[in-house]
Amino acid sequence: MKGRMVVLAALLGAWVVCFAAADGSWLKKVPQADRTRVNPFAGKPDAVAAGENLFRNNCAKCHGANAEGKGSRPSLKSERLAAATDGEIAWLIKNGQMYKGMPSWGGLPEQERWQIVTYLRSLNPPAEGGQK
Amino acid sequence: MHTSSRRCFRHFSVRIAVLLALLGFAVTSWRRAEAQQEPPYFVTYSSVMEEPGNLEIENQNISAAPKNARAFFAPTVEFEYGITAWWTAEAYVQGQATQFDSSMFTGFRFESRFRPLPHEYWINPVIYVEYEDVNAGDKSFLEVTGNTSIATLAVPNALLRKEVERSLEEKLILSSNVKGWNLSENFISEKALNESEAWEFGYALAASRPLSLKGSAKECTFCRQNFAAGVEFFGGLGTSDSFGISRTEQYLAPTIALNTPRGLTYKFSPEFGLNDNSVGVLWRFGVSYEIQQFRDWFRRTK
Repeated sequence: MKGRMVVLAALLGAWVVCFAAADGSWLKKVPQADRTRVNPFAGKPDAVAAGENLFRNNCAKCHGANAEGKGSRPSLKSERLAAATDGEIAWLIKNGQMYKGMPSWGGLPEQERWQIVTYLRSLNPPAEGGQK
Repeated sequence: MHTSSRRCFRHFSVRIAVLLALLGFAVTSWRRAEAQQEPPYFVTYSSVMEEPGNLEIENQNISAAPKNARAFFAPTVEFEYGITAWWTAEAYVQGQATQFDSSMFTGFRFESRFRPLPHEYWINPVIYVEYEDVNAGDKSFLEVTGNTSIATLAVPNALLRKEVERSLEEKLILSSNVKGWNLSENFISEKALNESEAWEFGYALAASRPLSLKGSAKECTFCRQNFAAGVEFFGGLGTSDSFGISRTEQYLAPTIALNTPRGLTYKFSPEFGLNDNSVGVLWRFGVSYEIQQFRDWFRRTK
């Protein structure tokens, strides 16, 4: 009986962790200075293409070739990302959410991270009324 | 006798090189996997962890012809797995072949690296703990600690294989990413568990940068963003009984890596000895391949 309870608790814990990974709680942690940063490549078609290559090279293994998500790893085509600012997305890529499975990509050069943001923005056009 | 031993040694090295080249070619032709953000270091660790669920297999080899000792070739195979985004585990197996002597398995190591802080900072600390079970014939130079000298390289393998050291090694890894540069510093301590020896200390410092900081709009293998160049500086710092660098090995090593868009990374580094205790030049080359989301192989839902 005790063993079953432990297994049940472990499964519940794993479910909570997986669910929490996509709950958007990271948005609250982004400092204001990062939130308002401007993407130097915004809207540039070359940067979208470069960002797509970088996405395939670094992100697709977890988030799917077309950013559709894989298993418990969230889709990157979402209303939440459409509503997020470029600065917020850039912050998430740089810092990750280490306790929820998303590694830090601070080792990628900053310009490459912005190119990935540009590609993600092309998949998630800003919500009506522009970015918040 | 000497001619046949030399031929044997050369054949062994050539076979390993051909095997690696074939393996590299096969994997390159196999399927698209991907590049990574790892700096081009052999000895120094940075704060980059293996991504959760990925398994990286690396073969790194070192070869040298030290003064007053026999030439050697020492391969190490590493298996690195990302358990979580903040915990990476690694296993090593290693061996060596010495000219006019013999080849042997020298031992194994298990290590874990932990990133204790949740975000990216100016300096990112990583805690490293390793258990080693290697004999004195180890010529892998995966790190340099304590008081060592090239004189030990002249001792025959038959004697070296009898002396097995089981030790615990700890490293404090500090790493920063600034304007495309990676700067990493490792502080090493090591204590033998099966012998009453003093604590041994060492260090490794490194800096590197990709040749281009921007990604290319076209897919390419040999474009500048896939190359990274850097320099490593590492050596011993003596022991708790005799701290200092006077009886230690010290090396300076320019290093270069190519991260191909197929998940293969090639690294090369000549490492130059800086004092009389050090080998003149250590030639190091490595190839690694990352199996993406290895853990998905064992999951029903992918």
